[in-house]
Amino acid sequence: MKILVCISHVPDTTSKINFVESDTKFDTNGVQYIINPNDEFGLTRAMWFKEKEGAEVDVINVGGAETESTLRKALAIGADTAIRVNTEALEASQVAQEIVAVIKTREYDLVIAGRESIDYNGGMVPGMIAAMIDASYVNNCVSLEISGDKATAVREIDGGKETLTTSLPLVIGGQKGLVEESDLKIPNMRGIMMARKKQLNVIEPSGATTKATTVNYEKPAPKGEVKLVDAANVDELINLLHNEANVI
Amino acid sequence: MSVLIYAETEGGKVKKVAFEVASYGKAVADQMGCEVTAVAFNASDADVLGSYGINKVMNISHEGNFDAKIYASGIQQAAEQLGASVVVVSSSADSRYLSPLVAVGLNAGYATNVVSAPSSLAPFTVKRSVFTNKAFTHAEITSENKIIGVSNNAFGSVENKVACTVEEFTVSLASSSVNVASVDKATDKVTIADAEVVVSGGRGLKGPENWHMIEDLAEVLGAATACSKPVSDMGWRPHSEHVGQTGKPVASNLYIAIGVSGAIQHLAGINSSKVKVVINSDPEAPFFKAADYGIVGDAFEVVPQLIEKLKAFKAQA
Ligand SMILES: Cc1cc2nc3c(=O)[nH]c(=O)nc-3n(C[C@H](O)[C@H](O)[C@H](O)COP(=O)(O)OP(=O)(O)OC[C@H]3O[C@@H](n4cnc5c(N)ncnc54)[C@H](O)[C@@H]3O)c2cc1C
Repeated sequence: MKILVCISHVPDTTSKINFVESDTKFDTNGVQYIINPNDEFGLTRAMWFKEKEGAEVDVINVGGAETESTLRKALAIGADTAIRVNTEALEASQVAQEIVAVIKTREYDLVIAGRESIDYNGGMVPGMIAAMIDASYVNNCVSLEISGDKATAVREIDGGKETLTTSLPLVIGGQKGLVEESDLKIPNMRGIMMARKKQLNVIEPSGATTKATTVNYEKPAPKGEVKLVDAANVDELINLLHNEANVI
Repeated sequence: MSVLIYAETEGGKVKKVAFEVASYGKAVADQMGCEVTAVAFNASDADVLGSYGINKVMNISHEGNFDAKIYASGIQQAAEQLGASVVVVSSSADSRYLSPLVAVGLNAGYATNVVSAPSSLAPFTVKRSVFTNKAFTHAEITSENKIIGVSNNAFGSVENKVACTVEEFTVSLASSSVNVASVDKATDKVTIADAEVVVSGGRGLKGPENWHMIEDLAEVLGAATACSKPVSDMGWRPHSEHVGQTGKPVASNLYIAIGVSGAIQHLAGINSSKVKVVINSDPEAPFFKAADYGIVGDAFEVVPQLIEKLKAFKAQA
């Protein structure tokens, strides 16, 4: 089985979000980058298929050279080969087209992406890839088992879960549940050493078109002070929620 | 030129989230000077959409479970038949599942988490929330066809009664390679996605045996229950209740956090809730900086009182 894991290179979840150049660019100053958490759950599930079933696992990122540290981390966790499509990731449909251009030359059985990246929160890359290559597709995937060319997946739905059966080739939008938090692997020294010897192939972009552009950014208006209510006076809280906030 | 909205249904009834999507679609159609049509699957009460400005509903009859590919093909064909250049969808799990497929099918640019009506039609510019609610971006959709995913509870439902006709839309739907083996869904509980009020518990509640406080409070308020990430990681509560940056997003009218410290990753996911209340014994807990109302106190004392007083309040209301 050949697996491709899409890796988004995103600011650490504790990053301060600021903008520069008249609010047209994200301020990367002092920002630490990580593997997008949703992708990391997927990558870790892919490692399981590698260890138990001998799957080959490639990771891919569409982005500039600055994303290579994140791809190296994925190699240190255990991916076999990394691919970087050398172009700035501008929006989801362009990223999906670039990934599809790679998929077409390498034929994967399973493509794992995250249900969304935590920076631009688009949540459309896995679905767009699936539509472009006409593969089976499961989003919000919280469990995945594969046997031969058949797959059983669990999808989180609003208010519950749905168990689905499908066939390969398959694209999933993954999230926590694919593996547990405690299954996530911190790369060890051996992994890091081995990662240095693994291939990180830089591919030129196919020239995908974009369908959206960012004009500028805006930060939310600063929040007012919290109104504190005495613990002995919960009636006052009910009064405020009813008469002032109008929410109960 | 026209606008199409996708109105979600459940058990044959139009879901509440569709009213907000319809209201958004109506606002865009007014800006464009055209009509707004809805497409729905198996809607028995589709004419209710007329209360939110929808002139026509194209209803597709489909037996069997929701399927992203099948539904996407129906929506795409409705848009094509209508010549709709703007398609409006919600931010529900199902809409987010199927919309990328519609976007590829219609060769459309798709903006998710859109929080307000377009600020301009040419260029077509919308404001969307990014960095998990820590910022907004003004984005231009440059393709001819456009899909807008409206952020939950951001635009609101706007009543606007018009005459509404419902037509059966007969299409040949795509076939799918995905089959539903089983659905496990609590039908008697409000979901986090649909709830107006969400009551959330954190590690401060000390253990799963104390969750009856959260459940009782939720019951009085008709609220959904949620929890912080460590609470679900420790197995005190199911993963489906984990909210925050790596869990479910919350955009309710009222969010009550009990024994939750207010870590940045937690706040990111719940910040688009309108009114936030925190109950925490530590006055330095970061949640107090994000909340509108707060009580510094022991949850084990405050919450039982709050439940009693709310019961009394509800009884006389
Ligand atoms: C990559 C990443 C992603 C993450 N994503 C998420 C996410 O999506 N969602 C999320 O929630 N977290 C997330 N986290 C975890 C986050 O950083 C915090 O660790 C977590 O939110 C803390 O949960 P908590 O508030 O329940 O627990 P704690 O931080 O332990 O807070 C417990 C609170 O309870 C209060 N308390 C204790 N006793 C009482 C009492 N008797 N009465 C009242 N209050 C009391 C304490 O004062 C304290 O403020 C993420 C972390 C990382 C690194």
